[in-house]
Amino acid sequence: MGKIKLKPKARKGVIGIKCLIKHPMETGLRKKKGKLVPANHIVHMVVSHNGTKVVDADIGSSISKDPYFKFNVPGAKGDTIELKYKDNKGKTGSATAKSK
Amino acid sequence: MKRRLFLKSAMAGSAVATAVGAGLLTPSMVFANTAAFKAKSDAAGASSASAGKGSFKFKAPKIAENGAVVPMTVDASKMDGVTNISFYVKNNGTPLAASFNLSGAQGYVSTRIKMGKTSPVDALVTAGGATTKVSQEVKVTIGGCGG
Repeated sequence: MGKIKLKPKARKGVIGIKCLIKHPMETGLRKKKGKLVPANHIVHMVVSHNGTKVVDADIGSSISKDPYFKFNVPGAKGDTIELKYKDNKGKTGSATAKSK
Repeated sequence: MKRRLFLKSAMAGSAVATAVGAGLLTPSMVFANTAAFKAKSDAAGASSASAGKGSFKFKAPKIAENGAVVPMTVDASKMDGVTNISFYVKNNGTPLAASFNLSGAQGYVSTRIKMGKTSPVDALVTAGGATTKVSQEVKVTIGGCGG
């Protein structure tokens, strides 16, 4: 299960959301000692702002290992940001943070 | 000890192979992207071919030393009603890297992607139903997709 770092920061009416998800992001094409490493990557991610969905991302295997994303959402200090993801093995992860 | 490990892993490997052969696991389930994502990738390719030049900023390195981590940013904050931002790497096995559907967020996405080899990268922005793109060639000295 991946760890998530979620750091929303409000500035001039815009919240900059930085997120870092710890995830191996295997493509399923890489070989280790002659055998294919099974695919394990995030396929879907949703970011919510005060309960409403603002970003809905379809993610392919060609996003880097331990993916990093940054989004800008209009909002103010103290707003709640929530991130949820699902990988191709059906595992999910989520994190919630209050904007600074 | 090593021999024992080898035998074990060889057996595990063949078990998976038989499962694939028997149709229990379709290859698309085992390898890489789902069919749905592939379809999206093809659609993005089609819209990439017909898209006009966009008036947004796309930041990507001209030369990426390490293809496993190529940072790129799309800044379309000045455009109104941005509904989708996609990254499309032409020479990757599955060209679509990611597609972000935005509803309420500003047209800004920054992320890091993997690139197998030197390729033109298209950033696609859909605003108000029209798709525009900005393209940039990224040179990769070490690929990041297996090998």
